[in-house]
Amino acid sequence: MTHSALESSPADAGRSAPNPAPGQPENVTAPPARKPRRSFLPYGLILPAAILEILIHIGPMLLGIWIAFISLTQLNLTNWLNAPFVGLQNFINGLNPESTIGQAFFSTVGRTLGYTILVVGFSWILGMAGAVFLSSNFKGRAILRTFFLIPYALPAYVGTIAWAFMFNQRDGAVNQILVDTFHLFGDERPFWLLGQNSFGAMIVVNIWQLWPFAFLMLMAALQNVPNDVYEAAAIDGASLWQQFRTITLPMVRPANGVLLMVMSLWTFNQFNIPFVLFGASSPKEATLVSPLIYQNSFGSWNFGLGGAMSVLLLIALFIASAFYIRMVLPKGADND
Amino acid sequence: MKNPLKVLSALTAVASLALGLSACGGGGAAASSDTITYWASDQGNSLDDTAAKLKPSLDRFTEKTGVKVNLEVISWTDLYNRILTAVTSGDGPDVLNIGNTWAVTLQETGAFEPVEGALLEAVGGKDRFLKTSWSTGGAAGKTPTSVPLYGLAYNMYYNTKLFKEAGIEKAPVTWEEFVADAKKLTKDTNGDGKPDQWGFTAAGASVSANSHQAFIRGLQNGGTLFDKDGKPTFDSDPQVAGVKQFIDLMANDKVMSPSDAEISQGSQKVDNVINGKAAMMFDQSPLKNFDARGFKDWAVAPIPMLAAGATGDAGTQSHVAGINLSVFKNSKNKENAIKLAGFLTSDAEQVALNKSYSSLPVVTGASSDAAFQTPEVKAKNDALANHSVPMPLIAKEGQMETLTGTAIKNLFAKAATGTVSDADIKAALKDANNQMAAAQ
Repeated sequence: MTHSALESSPADAGRSAPNPAPGQPENVTAPPARKPRRSFLPYGLILPAAILEILIHIGPMLLGIWIAFISLTQLNLTNWLNAPFVGLQNFINGLNPESTIGQAFFSTVGRTLGYTILVVGFSWILGMAGAVFLSSNFKGRAILRTFFLIPYALPAYVGTIAWAFMFNQRDGAVNQILVDTFHLFGDERPFWLLGQNSFGAMIVVNIWQLWPFAFLMLMAALQNVPNDVYEAAAIDGASLWQQFRTITLPMVRPANGVLLMVMSLWTFNQFNIPFVLFGASSPKEATLVSPLIYQNSFGSWNFGLGGAMSVLLLIALFIASAFYIRMVLPKGADND
Repeated sequence: MKNPLKVLSALTAVASLALGLSACGGGGAAASSDTITYWASDQGNSLDDTAAKLKPSLDRFTEKTGVKVNLEVISWTDLYNRILTAVTSGDGPDVLNIGNTWAVTLQETGAFEPVEGALLEAVGGKDRFLKTSWSTGGAAGKTPTSVPLYGLAYNMYYNTKLFKEAGIEKAPVTWEEFVADAKKLTKDTNGDGKPDQWGFTAAGASVSANSHQAFIRGLQNGGTLFDKDGKPTFDSDPQVAGVKQFIDLMANDKVMSPSDAEISQGSQKVDNVINGKAAMMFDQSPLKNFDARGFKDWAVAPIPMLAAGATGDAGTQSHVAGINLSVFKNSKNKENAIKLAGFLTSDAEQVALNKSYSSLPVVTGASSDAAFQTPEVKAKNDALANHSVPMPLIAKEGQMETLTGTAIKNLFAKAATGTVSDADIKAALKDANNQMAAAQ
């Protein structure tokens, strides 16, 4: 019988972790199951967490879904419990590809997908390169490791505000270096936060912020790859690239699976970076889904429409994640 | 071993429940009978400056009535959302400032006390107020839900030193003269072949400032943002022509630095005029910045019109700008909240406050004070009294500002990074128009 990832309890994972060799008949030696007794203890222990979870996560989420089906505008905001139920009207308005709003929504979803692939892809490559680089022993490794983690340790807003200053066309550091020092772009100062460039600028900031996380996770995963495997491969004449492809990658595959999913979800829902770089309304070329929902909800006080877009996103991300978990993530202890 | 754990878990559970309950009941405890909460908008050079300038007035209020005021100054970028949250939750301040163009949108929420009965009495009736300012309090034909507090209007401010250098003796009156002068004032001062002094500067990325210009330039050209049935007409020919005049300053006339497309704060354009990087700007009250920087080489003139001496809509130079004051309907301390509204609009406080914020008194009784007889204030007064029209008094005003202002912001971005054709302007406004129509 195979365990699915969802079924394996934290206790199982904890026990099998120190001994990752595959095929060990470890579970056989598990202590015999005790007769279950009715006890208040476990429920009492999780009760506070459960209550907070409901208050902080589940409640607002259900409320958001409800808002998608009502017509919530400034007229009935103070009395929102009595806002008229409009069924699927919000979805029809927001999804009609003929309408300006619908067109904006679909092109934004496409743009956000491309954005996610670029950001996660580059962050992963940088994180992997950094992790492999720092897995060998050399002087100054600890300093570099700390240095690499700085963008992740800085508050997201602080880092992004600094980037916004740097990208400023007239007196930002980016143009001072590229134009004043290296005389690129024919001495014309490009705008980094306007037009087409804004998309690229946003990607750079997001990669800068995200890659240390990939680096951290992959470095942890690499610690688990035993050194003798590499030694054996080297003796057999495997090149460094071959070692990377046939040893490192397969060994960190489980960590990779989770890492890519988490990073993709974060990036797809990115809000902070565009909000700090561009303010409440992003340039057309750089509008992502979350800022678009914000603009529809708070710019126009049309919360029903914003809610409908959020629900659609929730469903899409839920399906994508479920599919991904079944297809890609390791299935329980078998693959460990 | 087990029992203490059991007790512990039970305790945790009880504690979390109790915490949840107390959190729910928290709202009521804070309100005490002799303290009211007041949200003020940022009228000074900074949040601290605004608070410092309000303090003497609020101290006088406390002395007179025994009511303490819990003041919070909120920046313009946050104010609208803060009000929105307060309106939604019903848990807000007792008294608050609003941008007067939001008055109708907020009136529709029903969250504010109508100005009638005790509140109307406390502010001394509507005849004390400037007519134009009072008209922004709410939709036509409805009881207003806000009273004017500070009056503002657009004027043109210019750097007299740059004018002298360019040999321009008097400020331009018509738009044509304005563009011609701006061209004379745009020049290369350091010999690198590119202009570094510009004729005009504006905050091209400020959504609200852009929407004001869409409104004003549209009216001057004979357009309106809405037709008489309330349908949006952002992309009508006169409206497009008006927006084009504004965008052309950067795109075709080249009298506005492309860098302005990135400016989102009005104070940055004021800096440009102070530093001599630009000669002219349209602004509502730059004096506090001028004074703070010790800048003296400035003068003021009316916003240029298409024809000299234009009247009616064609003579529009400003919207009826300003800050209004509302009393929150859910206030647990309404009596004292109304007292504060009355106090802040009294003649004496109007003089003191508008003097320190370099805005205009909204009550006629205060206008005669010596502080408001300077040419600058008179120019502003003339614009407000004779050349201003309220922004459309409709429930979706906030959205109209967002849509038209963002369209112009994007057009400036396009002008800065390439070229803008007439078709681009038409298309951008048409897009905004469709979104406005869809939301109505």
